[in-house]
Parts: sequence; structure tokens; C-alpha cells
Amino acid sequence: MTSVLQVPEPPTPAEVKVAAARTSRQNRRGLLWLLTPPTAWLLVLYIGSLFFLLITAFWFINPFTSKVVPGFTLENFVSIFTVPAYFATAVRSLLIALAVTLIAIVLAVPIAIYMAKIASPPMRAFLAVTITLPLWAGYLVKLIAMRVVFTENGFLNWLLAPFGISGPGFNTSTVIITLTYLWFPFMALPVYTAVRQIPHSYFDASADLGAKSWRTIRTVVLPLIKPAIIAGSVFTFSLSLGDYLVARFVGGSTQMIGSIIASNINLNPPVAAAFSFVPIAFVLVYLWVVRKMGALERL
Amino acid sequence: MKKFVPVLSTVAAAALVLTACGGDSSSSGDGLSIEVPDVPMMEAVGEPEGQLNIVNWSGFVEPAWTDKFTAETGCVVNPRVAGTSDEMVTLMRTGQYDLVSASGDASLRLIVGGDVAPLNLDLIQNFSDDIVPGMKGQIYDTINGQAYGVPIGRGANILQYNEEVTGTAPDSWSVVWEADSPYAGKVTAYDAPIYIADAAVYLMYHNPELGITNPYALDATQLAAAVDLLKQQNAIIGEYWSDPAAQIGSFVGGNTVVGTSWEILRKLSGEEKLKGTLPKEGSTGWYDAWMLSSTAANPNCAYLWMDYVSTADVNGQIATTFGMAPANGAWCESSEDAKAHCEQYHATDEAYFDQIWPWTTPIEQCVDGRTDVKCTSFQDWTDAWLTIKG
Repeated sequence: MTSVLQVPEPPTPAEVKVAAARTSRQNRRGLLWLLTPPTAWLLVLYIGSLFFLLITAFWFINPFTSKVVPGFTLENFVSIFTVPAYFATAVRSLLIALAVTLIAIVLAVPIAIYMAKIASPPMRAFLAVTITLPLWAGYLVKLIAMRVVFTENGFLNWLLAPFGISGPGFNTSTVIITLTYLWFPFMALPVYTAVRQIPHSYFDASADLGAKSWRTIRTVVLPLIKPAIIAGSVFTFSLSLGDYLVARFVGGSTQMIGSIIASNINLNPPVAAAFSFVPIAFVLVYLWVVRKMGALERL
Repeated sequence: MKKFVPVLSTVAAAALVLTACGGDSSSSGDGLSIEVPDVPMMEAVGEPEGQLNIVNWSGFVEPAWTDKFTAETGCVVNPRVAGTSDEMVTLMRTGQYDLVSASGDASLRLIVGGDVAPLNLDLIQNFSDDIVPGMKGQIYDTINGQAYGVPIGRGANILQYNEEVTGTAPDSWSVVWEADSPYAGKVTAYDAPIYIADAAVYLMYHNPELGITNPYALDATQLAAAVDLLKQQNAIIGEYWSDPAAQIGSFVGGNTVVGTSWEILRKLSGEEKLKGTLPKEGSTGWYDAWMLSSTAANPNCAYLWMDYVSTADVNGQIATTFGMAPANGAWCESSEDAKAHCEQYHATDEAYFDQIWPWTTPIEQCVDGRTDVKCTSFQDWTDAWLTIKG
């Protein structure tokens, strides 16, 4: 059989070059087909809509007919700083987003360590399901559920009544609690994955060297899961910053950036457009700080 | 040629004044002439186009009465429900709709913006003497004597209260405005710039030195006073409402004890403890009218529709579905149920509606007739409103 097999002539260097050129041309064509839809999507839908948003922020509103008129003004951006209510809302939203992120970290780290290193496998599965379960429910359903829990004649006040105290009702702290509830899985899952990847031997070594559990967490676990915490915080921070339905349903009279955009979108679109730059600016600064800390390389 | 221009303009001005004075005598804007874009009026109704696109409040366009209309005229009705007046204005400006069920806080914006066309009432036979007097020729839909809207119905913004908490009916709006309100933290207010007028109504009664004679004609000082009052109110607000369902939930759940509401919302809550009252200061109210887009693709169907829904029967159906006082007073006499409905909503009780200021879009020209000052426009109100909530 082997004698039938013809050994092909080794290709000459020129032939190799031609073949390589052909494959690379074919590859390039294939690549083009592959990349056209996502590129078009990115350019037309994503960058395109952002561009129109950017443009509108510099336009005017006709005071008589309330119609949007193309032009150029920085007035809309100036109003963010000069109108006390706007500025206060921007700062409030920033603080709310930071508070949500901080609470999510404080809750996620112990749970992740417990799940990954201490809990029995059934317990671990149970906790994993419990944490991810809210992700399967609709956003609005969760929100209305929180409204029902915190309402005056609601579940929380019924629970607290025997102790003679009552819940916070609808205000800023309820917004923070609800946002933390909504976005907690986005922090818990990456942190849990990161803790799981730490070998058991690290904990043993730390214990052998005489470190107590708190010191082990501080000097061994935290530095190793920092990238995961930052990845999670990008989600909790930006999602909280852009939210407006939470403030509307459980915030009472609390306003967030989204509330201002929502009320302006029909009344004064240029101000709404200018305001949508505030969360973008905050997130860019946040990412810049994170990069400075050297955490982005390992994302 | 140049010489004749002043003469011509004088004649035009005189004609304008004549039209204004010659308008319906019940018009609250008598002698007030407002500059509007020149939009042609339809002369005759032609062949129906087979389509009709309407922007409407929920409950205004329902199969119960559109099916018959479609069967009679061949016009298929495509309703688009809007949640707020501002959304309605935005939708009408897309030019994709023929008709809108505009409230007074949207109508002047649409008229002045040239988005809606003047109406030829001769083509709407059912627009007759049966229309209650309080809804004819009002400033929000009749400009310079020219009608722009066909009345649908009206309702007052009442003071709703939880009787279990308040005990008796509050006789004044002070429970929602004053910082020392016994219900601080459990007060609700309507979440829209037009709510500034409610502050103005309160100031009109309690601070006569401000000289407010019409809550929709506020000069800069008067607007500032209203905004101060609204900022004071902000501190005692539990929740603002714009979504009716959320407002009902808030009252039923106990988070809200007093605040502005509509009779229909009180009824829908199904709670005996929730009551409504019209306080001594009076109040504002919404008066809705069909308006025809100036770029309507189906004007014939639109005219046929406006005629059809102005009949006592259809107008009554809309009024019962939405929960408001019908514009066609004749319907109230048609049955016992209709009579009871009209009584509950004060349909033909002009003495009741005399205490109500119909929502009107504020414009730079003072609608109370003052000419020595410039009034604040809806845009000013919008800007002010957004600074109140903090």
C-alpha cells in the first residue's frame, strides 16, 4: 500500500508564497464577513445613537413651542452646575452608586469565602442558587416586590411592629437597599469565582505562619480577589448610576440622574441629553481610577 | 404699493379684533388675541381614507365604539395610548397621527406650534347646543374665536384624603402645602409642570397681594412665589405621582394620606376610607378635546370621527369608561345610570366647575389680559418644575 502512495514534491518557495497569499486573502474575506455585522452594529446603532445624543445636548429649545432647534450652546451643560437641584441630584446619584458598591463588596466577600472554602457542596449549591435566583426574575417584578415589602402597611413594617419600630418607608436609604438587592449577583459571582481559584494550600500556609483568619483574609485573600471586586464594582456602580425606576418606585421624592433625564426627555430633550453625560463622565473617572490602581490589566 | 401696507395691516388688525370680540360670549379669552401660525381649515369632508391614527388617553378609543364607526365609515382606527400630555405633544410632532385627545396643558402648545389645524365646526353636526356651556369656546381650545378642539369631557383635580387618618374632610388645601401639615411625609402631588398652577390657585386665595388673577398667567415674580411654595411642599411630600396605578397603590398602602387626585382614581381604589373634596380655594381641572393634526394624512376620517364621538351616546360611553364628566350634556338625560354618573362627576353642575381653573398652557402673552408685563411660558414652568424636586 505504501508503495502506491505518492510522495508529493516539496513546494518551491515561490509556490509557498502564492499559497500563503491566497489563504490570507481568503481569510481576510472570511474575516470581513465575520466582522461586518458587529462593526455595523457598533458604528450605526451604538456610536451613531451616542453621536445624536451628544449633538442634541448642544441644541436649543424654542421657548414658545418647546420644539428642539439645532444650534450650538453650552447652556445645557452649565445648568448641571448652576441649577442647585441638578447639581444636588448628580452628587446624590454618585453617593448612592458608591454606597451600593461598598455594601455589595462588604456582603459579597464573606459570603464568597464561606461558599468557596467552608460550605458543604449541597450548601454551596443552595447558596449559589439563592444568589443567582433574583437574576431570573424580571426587573420590574423585583422592583414592585420591594415596593410591597417597604410600603407603609407592608411586610417589613408587619415584621418590625412587635419590636415597636418601623421600616424606612420610601426614601434614599430604601433606594440604596433596593439597588444593592438588584445588582448584588453581579458582585457576588465574580468574587466567588475568584475565591474558588485560590488554592487551599495558601490558607494552610497562612495558618502555618501563624496568621489568624482575619489576617489571612486581609493579606492573602483580598489582594488576590481585588480584580474580581473591581470587575463587580464596575457593574454595581454603573448600573446604580443609570437607574431611575428604583428611585421612582421606592424612592419617595428621591431624585436620581435618571429621574431628571426621564422628566426632561419630553419637556426639554437637550437638557436630558446633557444630563446623560453625567453618568458617562462618572464611569470614565471611575475606570481611570481603577486603571491607575493597576486592576484593569487582569480583567 | 408700500403705502397700502399700513392700511392693510390696520384692516387686518381690526378684523382680528372683530373676530375676537365676535367669538363665543362664554369665552374666557374675550378680547385676547393670540398670534398663531396660519394653518388652512378644511372646507368639506370628502371620501374617507380608510385609516385613522389617534393619540389618546387610555379609555378614549375602545372597540366598544370604534367597531361601529369602522362599519359605518370604513375607517380603521389605530389608537396609540399616551401617558402624559408631554408625551402626546411629542407624538403629535412626529406627524404620524391624525388626531389627539389633548388636555388643556397640551392644546395651546400644539396650536401655537402649528401642530394642529383650526376646525370647521359646520362639518361636525353633532357639535351642538348639547355641549355643556362650560366646555364651549374656552381659551384652551378656542383662539381668536376660532375653534381648534371638539370637547370630550372634563374632570377636577380634587383633594383626596384617608378618612381613617384625617377624621373629617380638610376644608383647605393647606394640608398639602404648609410645612406644619399634620400629614407631613404622607402628602402626594401631581408630577408635571402644570401642577404649578395648583400652587398659584392656593396663593390666589391666601396671598392676594401677589395679584394673581389667573393661575395660568404668572409673571416672573408670581412664578417665583409659586415655586417657593412648591419647594416648601417638597419637604413634606411622600411621593409625587404621574402613574395613576401607583397613586392608587400609595393611598391604599397607607404611604399617602392626603393629596391631589381624580374622582375616577378614588372610585377605582375601591376603598371606603378614601374620600374626595373640593376645598375652599377651588382647584384646577383637565378639559380634554379632540384636535386635528395640521399634517393629518386622513383628515376626512378624522372629521367623521369627531362628529361620531360627539353624539350623546358615544360621548357618554367615553365618559363612563374614563371616569369623567361628559361634554355632551344630553347624554345625562338618556338613562338612570347616565344620570347617576353625571351627578357623581358634576357633569352639568356649572357652579361646581366655576371653582375649577381648566388646565391651560401658559404662554408669554398673559392670558388674564395683562399687557404691561410678560408672562412666563410653559418652558419657564418646565425649567422651574425640574428645579423644585431637588
